[in-house]
Amino acid sequence: MKLAAKHKTGLVFFPAFDWAISPSHPEREERLLYTQDQILEEGLLDIEGITEFKPDVVTVKDIQRVHFCVPDVWAATTESHFISAGGAKTIGMAVMDKKIEKGFALVRPPGHHAMRVVHGSRGFCNINIEAIMIEYLRQAYDIQKVAIVDTDCHHGDGTQDIYWHDPNTLFISVHQDGRTLYPGSGFPNEFGGATALGTTINIPLPPHTSTEGFLYTLKELVLPILSDFKPDLIINSAGQDNHYSDPITNMNFSAQGYAELTALLQPDIAVLEGGYSIEGALPYVNLGIILAMAGISYSHVKEPDYDPDKIRQSPQTTTMITKTCDIIRDQWEQRGYYQDKLLGNKEFHERHRRIFYDTDNIMETQKEKLRACHDCSGALRIESSSDHGQNILAVHIPRGACNNCINIGRQWHETARGAGFNLALLQDRVEDAYLSTSF
Amino acid sequence: MIIGLDVGGTHTDVVLLNTQGLIKEIKVTTDHADLFNTVLRGLDHITQGIDPHRIERIVLSTTLTTNAIVQHQLAPVGMIVSSGPGIDPQFFRPNQHYFPISGCMDHRGREITPVNAAEIDSLAAQLKSAGIRYVGVVGKFATRNPSHELCIQNQLNGSFEKIFVGHKISGNLGFPRRIATTYLNAAVYPIHKEFFEAVTQSLQKKEICAPIRILKADGGNTRFESSIAFPGQTILSGPAASVLGSMSFAAPSEESLVMDIGGTTTDLAVLINRVPLLKPQGITIDQHKTLIRSLDTLSIGVGGDSAVQLVDGRLHVGPQRKGAAMAFGGPAPTPTDALFVMGEMSDGDGAAAKQGIAALARKMNLTVEDTAAKILDVACQKILDGARNLIDRINRKPVYTVHELQEGYLVKPQHLLILGGPAPHFAKRLKQVSNYKVNVVPRWKIANAIGTALARTTSQVTLLADTEQAIAIAPEEGFRMEIGFDYTRQQAIDSALNLLRQKALQKGANPEHLEMDVHEEIQFNMVRGFNTTGKNIRVKVQIKPGLIAGYDPGPKT
Ligand SMILES: [Zn+2]
Ligand SMILES: [Zn+2]
Repeated sequence: MKLAAKHKTGLVFFPAFDWAISPSHPEREERLLYTQDQILEEGLLDIEGITEFKPDVVTVKDIQRVHFCVPDVWAATTESHFISAGGAKTIGMAVMDKKIEKGFALVRPPGHHAMRVVHGSRGFCNINIEAIMIEYLRQAYDIQKVAIVDTDCHHGDGTQDIYWHDPNTLFISVHQDGRTLYPGSGFPNEFGGATALGTTINIPLPPHTSTEGFLYTLKELVLPILSDFKPDLIINSAGQDNHYSDPITNMNFSAQGYAELTALLQPDIAVLEGGYSIEGALPYVNLGIILAMAGISYSHVKEPDYDPDKIRQSPQTTTMITKTCDIIRDQWEQRGYYQDKLLGNKEFHERHRRIFYDTDNIMETQKEKLRACHDCSGALRIESSSDHGQNILAVHIPRGACNNCINIGRQWHETARGAGFNLALLQDRVEDAYLSTSF
Repeated sequence: MIIGLDVGGTHTDVVLLNTQGLIKEIKVTTDHADLFNTVLRGLDHITQGIDPHRIERIVLSTTLTTNAIVQHQLAPVGMIVSSGPGIDPQFFRPNQHYFPISGCMDHRGREITPVNAAEIDSLAAQLKSAGIRYVGVVGKFATRNPSHELCIQNQLNGSFEKIFVGHKISGNLGFPRRIATTYLNAAVYPIHKEFFEAVTQSLQKKEICAPIRILKADGGNTRFESSIAFPGQTILSGPAASVLGSMSFAAPSEESLVMDIGGTTTDLAVLINRVPLLKPQGITIDQHKTLIRSLDTLSIGVGGDSAVQLVDGRLHVGPQRKGAAMAFGGPAPTPTDALFVMGEMSDGDGAAAKQGIAALARKMNLTVEDTAAKILDVACQKILDGARNLIDRINRKPVYTVHELQEGYLVKPQHLLILGGPAPHFAKRLKQVSNYKVNVVPRWKIANAIGTALARTTSQVTLLADTEQAIAIAPEEGFRMEIGFDYTRQQAIDSALNLLRQKALQKGANPEHLEMDVHEEIQFNMVRGFNTTGKNIRVKVQIKPGLIAGYDPGPKT
């Protein structure tokens, strides 16, 4: 028997052993210690076809391409964020350069709760490391359609926010029902903005969903939607807090289940998100994911205390999952109809929101205005103020913007002066140029 | 006086040194079929006319265990491994008699499943009836808790001649590598023991009673008695000998590249402040990836006797060696022959060398002299490419803290130290075609044997403390201690250094000159729920490779 990867697989391992949000926070130095022990003891990095890469560090521009950081990138990040996003970027480049077929950025800190505007840290996340990788890859390589499948237990509200108006990025979040868990969002009716309706998909699952329910959702709903969408690249936000032993969630997923999910999904790139059962789950889940990506048998991977009977889901749970999947499937199939209805004849669509940054205790108020364009995904303007005294105007000109939207976006940016804002930010994705003016 | 003997592919070099320097050097031809005879001839020649009682130390670097592995002349071994969940242990099978069994530990050394005594009994009977005398026992995470391995060893004791247990073989993680390493140790054990016992006896007959020491792949030496427990450490000691022979000629605060240009290969290594870099994990030999500590060397297929060929109009040097250079009666042109044509060498058949190069020159439409120059250039280029690869590999090594990544220290040697037979001739050309500062190691032909003679005793100790479980262990040393909740990192370091001192002295180190250093000391707060439940402390200490005090390896450059 020879041990070799069927798919050449790359790994960036960056456990940030000297970085924590605070000493006893779940996002602390110790988090990936036992995962490292397991990876080293299993000899994973010696397997033919598995390569470890040293992470690059992202640039300020890489972050500005995705985020409006308030007041600037330095204030919103630490060095560790530059490295964890850099780890994802390294893996993305290695896949695009065909050095590897698949890659896993096993890095911390995570990023999927970080939205387009960043006033601070929410849900342990400051900057969205998947989005930074994707937008870098779009800039450097010829990629159009990307699908992100977020299998963290928490709704990936940050990634949803960043891609809410982007019809070329399909964001699917599978998570514990928002009525029972932070951040309290991620319902099926959150379905995308007017110019990108349908490319945001939320699949809330009831508490105590076990392996059966996750794999059902994947096979019956996620995979068919992916095959309709036909992405150039599939990214998995591989959070591991659906595990039955996770201390901050209520799901019953397993290492075997995560491995099988990975084998079914066949992501090109996986990026670690949450997962806080650092001894009982992470060593085994990560091992399972890496083996599944590499196409190596994971049949012997299981937690020491694994007992499928103890965590089996109830028939009621099964019924609820089936129903949810049916509703979402219908909605997906009729997305064209819903979009026409939503677009209507209005030129501008507005959204008002309050966003709470739980980690940093900041309250943000947002007024968002999208040009509902029929030629592109539309110029976007965000007025954002925080209870920490910020009041900014942020303008986003999307990739492939039409001339009208480019002009409108630039005008918006220029009108910020004298309008009571203390900061004006412009993301010009057409020119790959990022401006910041403080008043 | 000290004797250093280094068995090479073609020649075996032997030197005799005293505190003032080199007294005598000789060379004998290596007979791979009879290494014992080769070693004895070498020792005979070097001790002629020397009072045997004045010889205080004999250090041998041989190819005995290396050859046994490469040529598959290994003793049958019974391997008993317990893995628990993870990758299927069948993937790690190194040999025929390989038996995964039940029993399992986790990453913190907590027992998940106990060992099944009945299963061990029946395996022992099976191995015995197959005539097996050497056994290896390896458990996943036994470096975190060796109790399963020890319990199996106890149960097997008396039924087999020698039992090797994984946790004594390395403190590092890497279950597949620990299996391979334990297997190789067991498989070379009888040949290693028999050979050095025979050498010792022969020396005693000549009244040479100094204990023999054996060079290891990490550039350290160990007394023969200690080597018996880990004979695998003696494989691939050759490159280490050359690096040791060069290190005192590197500038004290500089990074240098050592290049040992031999007949078939050139071995490269990096010195930082005169200390050679070690491989992050261990040696790979004949498909076996091991945990055997070794200097980080790269061997490339080009040397003085490499065959030179034209393939599709392009000049290739190596990797094959078809025999000696034509100047010494060989069948094919070589870089050595090119050196004859260039007038660099003259102690052989210059006409034969020229004839060989001329045949290539005609095909290439070049003069004989230009062809010779080109051959040397191609060889030098290949060596420089190898150097670049080695440095890239070292600099690509991942780091796991923000601090290390920010610091971003990169190795960038500016200095080449060249040794081996054709060293001065290659050095001249390497100086012209590269930006390196180039020096030839004094006594470049025998620096390897001098390095062998003067090798210091190396050692390392890994200590793990887990205050939640209230224990500190150093599995390789059989050390286990109960600790309190307030046990500190400094206490862990002190314990580890203490164990290191004991271990080094036992292996034959000089107590006056123990240069111990701490090369890893990490501490994690363990938090469960919202409470700190303990500390996880991991310490590695070592005595790095170097030269013994009080001896002069040769004139300074
Ligand atoms: Zn999460
Ligand atoms: Zn437009």
